[in-house]
Amino acid sequence: MADAAIHGHEHEDTRGFFTRWFMSTNHKDIGVLYLIVAAIVGFISVGFTVFMRLELLEPGVQHMCLEGARLFSDAARECTPNGHLWNVLITGHGILMMFFVVIPALFGGFGNYFMPLQIGAPDMAFPRMNNLSFWMYVAGTSLAVCSVLSPGGNDQLGAGVGWVLYPPLSVREGGMAMDFAIFAVHLSGASSILGAINIITTFLNMRAPGMTLFKVPLFAWSIFVTAWLILLSLPVLAGAITMLLMDRNFGFTFFDPAGGGDPILYQHILWFFGHPEVYIIILPGFGIISHVIATFSRKPVFGYLPMVWALIAIGALGFVVWAHHMYTVGMSLHQQAYFMLATMVIAVPTGVKVFSWIATMWGGSIEFKTPMLWAFGFLFLFTVGGVTGIVLSQAAVDRYYHDTYYVVAHFHYVMSLGAVFAIFAGIYFYFPKMTGRMYPEWAGKVHFWTMFIGANLTFFPQHFLGRQGMPRRYIDYPEAFAYWNAWSSWGAFLSFASFLFFFGVIIYSLRAGAKVTEANPWNEYADTLEWTLPSPPPEHTFEILPKQEDWDKHHAH
Amino acid sequence: MAHVKNHDFHILSPSVYPFIGSVGAFAMLFGSVLWMHGSTPFLFWGGLVAVLYTMFGWWSEVVKESHVGDHTPVVRIGLRYGFILFIMSEVMFFAAWFWSFFKHAIYPMSEYVGTQYVPPVIHAVDPFHLPLINTLLLLLSGCAVTWAHHALVHNNDRKALVNGLAIGIVFGILFTALQAFEYYELLAHEGWEFGGDQFYSNFFMATGFHGFHVIIGTIFLFVCLLRAMKGDFTPEQHVGFEAAAWYWHFVDVVWLFLFFAVYIWGTSGM
Repeated sequence: MADAAIHGHEHEDTRGFFTRWFMSTNHKDIGVLYLIVAAIVGFISVGFTVFMRLELLEPGVQHMCLEGARLFSDAARECTPNGHLWNVLITGHGILMMFFVVIPALFGGFGNYFMPLQIGAPDMAFPRMNNLSFWMYVAGTSLAVCSVLSPGGNDQLGAGVGWVLYPPLSVREGGMAMDFAIFAVHLSGASSILGAINIITTFLNMRAPGMTLFKVPLFAWSIFVTAWLILLSLPVLAGAITMLLMDRNFGFTFFDPAGGGDPILYQHILWFFGHPEVYIIILPGFGIISHVIATFSRKPVFGYLPMVWALIAIGALGFVVWAHHMYTVGMSLHQQAYFMLATMVIAVPTGVKVFSWIATMWGGSIEFKTPMLWAFGFLFLFTVGGVTGIVLSQAAVDRYYHDTYYVVAHFHYVMSLGAVFAIFAGIYFYFPKMTGRMYPEWAGKVHFWTMFIGANLTFFPQHFLGRQGMPRRYIDYPEAFAYWNAWSSWGAFLSFASFLFFFGVIIYSLRAGAKVTEANPWNEYADTLEWTLPSPPPEHTFEILPKQEDWDKHHAH
Repeated sequence: MAHVKNHDFHILSPSVYPFIGSVGAFAMLFGSVLWMHGSTPFLFWGGLVAVLYTMFGWWSEVVKESHVGDHTPVVRIGLRYGFILFIMSEVMFFAAWFWSFFKHAIYPMSEYVGTQYVPPVIHAVDPFHLPLINTLLLLLSGCAVTWAHHALVHNNDRKALVNGLAIGIVFGILFTALQAFEYYELLAHEGWEFGGDQFYSNFFMATGFHGFHVIIGTIFLFVCLLRAMKGDFTPEQHVGFEAAAWYWHFVDVVWLFLFFAVYIWGTSGM
């Protein structure tokens, strides 16, 4: 056993293809696998939304017809609106993005690849279980795809219930599609929980000699806090969807008032998971952004300790604010007041982070390389999403905005723009390290600007639509909302073009990008341990544990 | 540089088990959807076999690795962390079931929403009859396992180790048998139904998942018993046994909550 692990040193890789990619026990390879699969699923999920935006380009239903979906509208042929298809796409988009794109990319991909490197660990604590996490994620993705393609409600394919799977709709939805979706979430949850166990153990048990908790780089910290959120919130979701499964298939009545059950109970349990989930998605992004901003401002990150405590505080507070997603279900005023206040408290640690990033840049010598552009974009967009979040946290204001496009705009600014921009920042920042090649700088910039303009065009007008009262999750809208919907759709097409361009950039750079020979292609402020390794890193890293002087550049905290 | 390392962590060679296990899990869940919708159960069973095979093969490998010295002190610390974290996730899983139970117990729909639903007349269980015996069985079983643990740690008393484990397992099996008997009585003779009312739903899922965990814990202890009889476990190194004992105590504690909440409180108004 032990000797098999050590061979294949220095670049001669003796592993066969199947052994390397299907039986992997190597955190870097598994991280790469996560990123690749997340990119593919992301492409599918983005495809869903582009088709939805195409439908919303003009009032009336021109593309999602019961007579068959069409890419080009054709006034000559009859088109009966197919609301079920719309609902399936909206559900698929949410479930795929939530469970199968953003968590796997940030937590599974970057977390797996860089957390052990940053703490100087030779691998994860449980390398074999790491691979189980990955393959269960793939199995879950496959079930989610089965769900979209299997017999569902309204005698059509797929489940059209929204990603939150609220009963009674999710209990009454016919066919197998809903059950596939439930099991898909079960599997992805199990995968994430095993991943979280792995990450926490690695972080606690395998830090390099001398690396005390408050010397650990911020990205590793963000992954650690995220892992706790996953560990404690996902099992609760597993319970809730198991109840759904029983209600659906075995005549149980957890959520059915006709048997003494309570549909609102589901919402509470779901959001007890769902709110931490929001932070599961964004916290690793915080970590990446901290490193990118410090590197390209040529300054150590401002306020390391408050940054760590802010991560912990956001994680802890994330567990006690869930019901702000459901102000309109008829909670008592006391409950609403509590959830409102608790929610607003989160703005404090989040403010600590945003202002620390700004203070890091303050007086720095800023280089607008591609990763820094993405970090800048993140900062702006995340802040916009954050302040609309403060607006929505007001129970009274939420009466008017609930289930309107204002909410859609808010959470896409935080997630589609915040978390996704952080993923792109991470990809461009770490691309030379992971592949040993550099992307063309101009291409990264073109990708950034088109995406930045496209995403803002898509989502900023949705604030206006929400304020005008346009409800979310509808296939059609009256003439009055046409103007901003058209802008929004064209923005989505531009973002999609930008996304396609990104795949082009990556494929080109992998094949023909300039070789990166140095360990650290940026500057001395990229001072965490991964930048001391060759690019790309060899199969096994830190078999000789790093010495403290390799990484400990700052005074003690 | 080659073949040199200066750490005690466990770097594993590639393994096919995670892949097999995941394919098995996919087949099992896909199969159970087919089964639930009236189609063939075979895919489910096939997937289940693959999952069980993976568990068996994988954990056998872990035991072998411990014999060849891969489990250094620092790796053992990691394994313990891992298992404690797993138990924490299990606790949160039960939190969902207790949440549902408490919600319905404290805020019944008829009172706080005013629904017209009339719950069935439920034949009450006497919590101080079978459930109390079950409580004592589980607690005694936990004591026996702790006895075995102490026997191992303090004077490597193999006989007491094996006896303690055996007693713990027998009590565990008795618990499961009595629980099955109680289910049978309730469903066959007392007019209870499997589902159909929120109390039945909460009762059977909460106690059912607990029972499932008891069975897993019993198997886990049984594996430890076999290993102890083969001569595994030393006073210094017995992570597998420790994990089984922790798991068993966790199952105990969940039962205590079930006993006080679902049995005593839940049936008090009937």
